Amino acid sequence: MSALLKPALELKNLRKSFGKTEIIRGINLAVNPGERVAIIGPNGAGKSTLFNLISGRFEPTSGEVLLNGTRIDGKKPFEINRLGLSRSFQITNIFPKLSVFENLRCSVLWSLGYRYTFFKFLADLDDANARAEELMQMIKLDKKHDVLAMNLTYAEQRALEIGITIGGGAGVILLDEPTAGMSKSETSRFIELIKTVTEGKTLLTVEHDMGVVFGLADKIAVVVYGEVLAFDTPDAVRANARVQEAYLGSAVADAQAGGH
Amino acid sequence: MRNQSTSKRFNTGRWVTWGLFALLLALAPWFFTGGLAITVLSQMGIAIIACLSYNMLLGQGGMLSFGHAVYTGLGSFLAIHALNSASSGALPIPVSLVPIAGGLAGMGFAVLFGYVTTRKSGTTFAMITLGMSELVFAMSLMIPEFFGGEGGVSGNRVTGQAFLGITYGPPVQVYYLIAVYTFVSVVAMFAFTRTPLGRMLNAVRDNPERVEFVGYNTQRIRYTAFIIAGFFAGISGGLGALNFEIVTAEVVGAARSGAYLLFTFLGGATFFFGPIIGAILMVLAFVLFSEFTKAWLLYLGLIFLFMVMYAPGGIASLIMMNLRVASFGKLRQLLLSYLVLAVTGVIGLAGAAAMVEMTYHIQLNAGQGSGLVFLGAPLDAASMGSWSGAVIVMLAGFGCFELARRKFARQWSHVQGLIEQEIHERSVS
Repeated sequence: MSALLKPALELKNLRKSFGKTEIIRGINLAVNPGERVAIIGPNGAGKSTLFNLISGRFEPTSGEVLLNGTRIDGKKPFEINRLGLSRSFQITNIFPKLSVFENLRCSVLWSLGYRYTFFKFLADLDDANARAEELMQMIKLDKKHDVLAMNLTYAEQRALEIGITIGGGAGVILLDEPTAGMSKSETSRFIELIKTVTEGKTLLTVEHDMGVVFGLADKIAVVVYGEVLAFDTPDAVRANARVQEAYLGSAVADAQAGGH
Repeated sequence: MRNQSTSKRFNTGRWVTWGLFALLLALAPWFFTGGLAITVLSQMGIAIIACLSYNMLLGQGGMLSFGHAVYTGLGSFLAIHALNSASSGALPIPVSLVPIAGGLAGMGFAVLFGYVTTRKSGTTFAMITLGMSELVFAMSLMIPEFFGGEGGVSGNRVTGQAFLGITYGPPVQVYYLIAVYTFVSVVAMFAFTRTPLGRMLNAVRDNPERVEFVGYNTQRIRYTAFIIAGFFAGISGGLGALNFEIVTAEVVGAARSGAYLLFTFLGGATFFFGPIIGAILMVLAFVLFSEFTKAWLLYLGLIFLFMVMYAPGGIASLIMMNLRVASFGKLRQLLLSYLVLAVTGVIGLAGAAAMVEMTYHIQLNAGQGSGLVFLGAPLDAASMGSWSGAVIVMLAGFGCFELARRKFARQWSHVQGLIEQEIHERSVS
């Protein structure tokens, strides 16, 4: 089946150097439509850099990134977003002085074709307003309609971050440590939320919490020193001796000890 | 500002607000009669358009421009040339449309210069606008054919066929032309804040990086907004040309750009109506306050410093914060503190101002002797008594002010705490 399927996202021999230091050292990866992939690896392995390369924040030194078969490497973030890839950030990246509703409405305007228009009133854009309301309910912030984003709690801001990410209806979603800084109980609730709102989408997520990783992902990519050490189902990755040796053993121990 | 999304476009409150604004513009010449009053009112209309257009950049887009006078000023020059062409019959447009020529000029130059400036944001943007401003001012001295050299370019607005008896000879007729342009421009600029581009401009101000990841090109947003701001700036400049019938190089100068920044900030960049307050204060300061004292720029600088440090949201935010307190019925308990703050502040300022005035008197009016009258009090700039008296008044005033301020700060945070509690209780119940 997978032979017939065009990968939703494909990386071909992707490399990135900063100065003389090569951070991403030839990554190959193919993610099928609808798959949930968790990217794990020790700190400094290049996980966030990988996301930055895919989403257009950085330009790759060499190699290719293909979104539904179209090359997107070297394109600007907004061009990549328009082609159907959206991302969240590890450090909350929202519009602090706009209300929750306005934050979400900003995230849907382009996808609904409103572009740079100044001949229409926002209040009249029924589809955009309905979509923003719907998003607000999905991320359970509908009671915070008019609250400025900067006045939300941390967990609420993280939820808003996800809401903005999925707002434009992109088919491929990248979440960079969505549960970073959250408590255990918040995390488990949040994972359920992520599962619901990314239903049917292709999902890549960077995650440190091993409980989250094994609960959420169909496949796991282990990145160590800018290379993919293993890319397989959670069970196969868990059983992989090289992964055990390089990373997972200590991370599992960490997770059991309650930290990450 | 709240319920932006749920409020209908045609709600009663908004109609009343705009109706009152129109009425105010229409009736102002009846209340403020006399030549000076009409001039002041006209200049206020012009300044309101200029400051609001500036705030499209500063308050709504987070673009700190040091060169907004380039667009008002070039609008003025194009408008005065358009007026002269109309007078000579070369350009068949009525005088009423001359400000539009200014607007198109402002827009055209914004298309040209903005392409460079809006490629960058933040500090780089600010530096480029400063450079642009210097560039255009230098050009104004190099091309006297267009800028008229030191004497500037003058025109005569009484030209062409009078329409319904309107010749634009009497200043009050010009005032009404300005009032109409002011009303339409203010409505249009307010409407802009309610459009997709207007909202995305706020998003660019808050977090340009995230805007790129929701599909928008931030440069394009900044550039488009810059062009629209340039258009309204040009309208303002065109009205200025009609009002004064002379345009000199200083209208594109850095001082003018600085004044837009200063007074927009003073009025309050975070609220739409803030720059309107700022514009009114700007005209009052430039036309009236400058007559009152030679040290007016010094006072202006001090007020600006004080506001930046203690009320960075400007007068508009002070008003809105107190309206919020009033809406919870807690303003009354602050009134006494406000009175004490005002009285002690004024006493301290009087002492400080007496010293400033004496210093200016020694420097500028040496020929008239050392005596002067300040706020009805006879002072002698050469006597120890006047100086020590001023010092004592100032120290006493500011000392009491500081004590009152500390008490007020505690009181204010107490009231804010009560309000937060009340909001919380409401949301829970």
